[in-house]
Amino acid sequence: MGLKFKGFGGSGSFPHGVHPPERKNFSGAAVIEVIPSPGQVLLPLLQNVGAPAKTSVKAKSEVKMGDKIADAGGFVSAPLHAPIAGKVGKTGVCTLTNGRHVPAMPIRAEGEQIEGKELWEKIFGGQWPKNADKYSPKEIVDAIQAAGIVGLGGAAFPTHVKYVPNEEKPIDTVLINGCECEPYLTSDYRMMLEVPDPIICGSLLLAKASGAKDVIIGVEDNKPEAVEVLKKAAAGTGIQIAVLPTKYPQGSEKQLILAVTGREVPLGGLPLDVGVAVSNVSTTAAIAGAVVKGNPLTHRVVSVTGAGVQTPKNLLVPFGISIGELIEACGGLTKDATRMVAGGPMMGFAFSDMNSPVTKGTSGITILTHEDLKKEDETSCVRCGRCVDVCPMNLVPTKIAMASRHRDTELAQQYNIMACFECGSCAYICPANLPLVQLVRTGKAEVIAAGKK
Amino acid sequence: MAKEIQIRESAEAPVIHVAPSPHLSHTAQTTRTMMRDVLIALAPVTGMALYVFQAYALRQLAICVIGCLAAEWIFTGMRGRRATLWDFSAAVTGVILALSLPGTAPWYIGVIASFTAIGIGKVIFGGLGMNIFNPAMVGRAFVMIAFAGAMGAAGYQDASSAVDAISQATPMDAFKQGGAIAPLSALFWGNTNGSLGETSAIACLIGGLYLCIRRTASWEIPAGVIGAVVVLGGIANLLNPESQWTVLHHILGGALLFGAFFIATDPVTSPLTPKGKLIFGTGVGALIMLLRIFSGYPEGVMFAVLIMNSITPLINRWTIPRPLGGK
Repeated sequence: MGLKFKGFGGSGSFPHGVHPPERKNFSGAAVIEVIPSPGQVLLPLLQNVGAPAKTSVKAKSEVKMGDKIADAGGFVSAPLHAPIAGKVGKTGVCTLTNGRHVPAMPIRAEGEQIEGKELWEKIFGGQWPKNADKYSPKEIVDAIQAAGIVGLGGAAFPTHVKYVPNEEKPIDTVLINGCECEPYLTSDYRMMLEVPDPIICGSLLLAKASGAKDVIIGVEDNKPEAVEVLKKAAAGTGIQIAVLPTKYPQGSEKQLILAVTGREVPLGGLPLDVGVAVSNVSTTAAIAGAVVKGNPLTHRVVSVTGAGVQTPKNLLVPFGISIGELIEACGGLTKDATRMVAGGPMMGFAFSDMNSPVTKGTSGITILTHEDLKKEDETSCVRCGRCVDVCPMNLVPTKIAMASRHRDTELAQQYNIMACFECGSCAYICPANLPLVQLVRTGKAEVIAAGKK
Repeated sequence: MAKEIQIRESAEAPVIHVAPSPHLSHTAQTTRTMMRDVLIALAPVTGMALYVFQAYALRQLAICVIGCLAAEWIFTGMRGRRATLWDFSAAVTGVILALSLPGTAPWYIGVIASFTAIGIGKVIFGGLGMNIFNPAMVGRAFVMIAFAGAMGAAGYQDASSAVDAISQATPMDAFKQGGAIAPLSALFWGNTNGSLGETSAIACLIGGLYLCIRRTASWEIPAGVIGAVVVLGGIANLLNPESQWTVLHHILGGALLFGAFFIATDPVTSPLTPKGKLIFGTGVGALIMLLRIFSGYPEGVMFAVLIMNSITPLINRWTIPRPLGGK
């Protein structure tokens, strides 16, 4: 394609990694649909990394779509806004897809709703400026913070925290993540195809906010159509598109930074430490909406995909809608559906409660069948070293997992257990089918527990 | 009646499981397919052994494979574990053990070596994946010391045998004792005397390359072994230029290639990281040269591998890789 890594500091890829089946074809061609407005939403008060939000409206009060219903619970936190018009109910408890029980506020739909085409126009419609001249950095960051924007790639880290001006660690590069390296998921892909303008506009706003001179959108080379659309939309703005070889986990923050800029984020450090800020393409579109149109974050695109669902779709949905309603909108589960995963199959959480609400971090619902999950029994580790060959963090997963199985936190730390971000490459490749990620998770919990003593 | 209907309904609804991520796994590769790969890679070596040593090879292979499978079945049974014959690891041990023995060894040597290999070499440590030493080499070392006569250089030779190769001395011994130099072509193709699997360099190379391409064996180990032999053999040549036993003889002769590709590469008993594997291979190669040149034995592959096996845990600790972003 000619634009491979000329002008970028990185080699274009990262060492190790795996090639799981991509399976983007289930929902890749499905145009984003707006889901009909639900009769009720249940908004968890913790939808972000950091502190939970604090309710700011009383039960039984009436709210319009976009009204703030909860304040940020601290600096690393985000406010919540009503995604539908209606009446607030009494705060109860809900189960998130990751199994956590958190307080949640119900809103029962009442009165006129903004729906369908009108909703699409409100969120993505209109003109998007191809420069950020009208806004000051402070205005941009304040708008992001007020709109309750968090990373929509799945991590749900409050976005304003990354872009607050920092004299000691200036940002020179804003990286927009359009890799979507998880198999199955296509929500970012559809966003890039259908609404490239707000993505470009948001990218420029982030550059202005952070003072970065370079803005680079990273996209994997299995999405050539998205690359073409973005290139056209970005023409004349100075934004560069980096086409990266498809490899999992290319969309992981540290791997993306390494591939594009050649910089290594120090262990335990942040992208800020190497002068980079990373945001996902969908987040970037939401930022443009917040700054240009004053839209709070109330909706997102979710892929409902996999062989376990009748008609895989990409849906624009309000937060707080139950996952059951999403699956219903896709024609329901197929008979051989066996596992429901919030997120993609490599890092997503399996859940069983259809009433779990969609949150800001829900990038997709992957429904897998018995066929997808076929797996041999666990055998002994023969130390073949395949996990070492694929670990994108250059760890020795089997050693960490065995140390953790024997509850040897000291040995696990010698092997840098805390550097693991649980991408699942090792467990994917393991010929012995060892539950390496699960063991690493329990080991991390023990290390943290030991540190607190 | 109502209850029955309910049951039928729930049987039709999908049953949803939960499990930790990742939810996909690379099913093409399992422990069994890796062991199967090793057996495939051993085919050319086994074929050459059958061609050169005929019935001797067939008999030894049968004894060792059956012996190892029986030992695995008995010992895992004694531990109260499910029999693990179908992971093929015992079969691999059996084939490698047979190929490392002389065809002339009496039947009980194969049996004792098999039981030692599986029992003391593997199961006593906790079975597959837990052993410190290469099981086949543990079995071979035991019979080599216990039956020094049958397993010594003289034991390889039987002047009255109808098989040509067996009526000669092994090339390594002929050189050690009388300074006789085997032609390189004989070492390359394999029509010489020796342990069943070691004589043909070409067969070891074909099988070994297959293993490396399939990533079932790591190329770093044979590269380390051969590299060390080239360097040390080269130095030995330079110090003693009149010797007819050149670096090429060191590489093609004896069990070097068989050991480098099939014995040292046992993943269980070699280090995990690429750097560790290179250190391990280099160590094996260096020890082989040390034993060949300075010890009383003509060959040193077995002891070299066992010694390096013993320091594998240490190598693993020395070569903890630097994580991305780490110091």
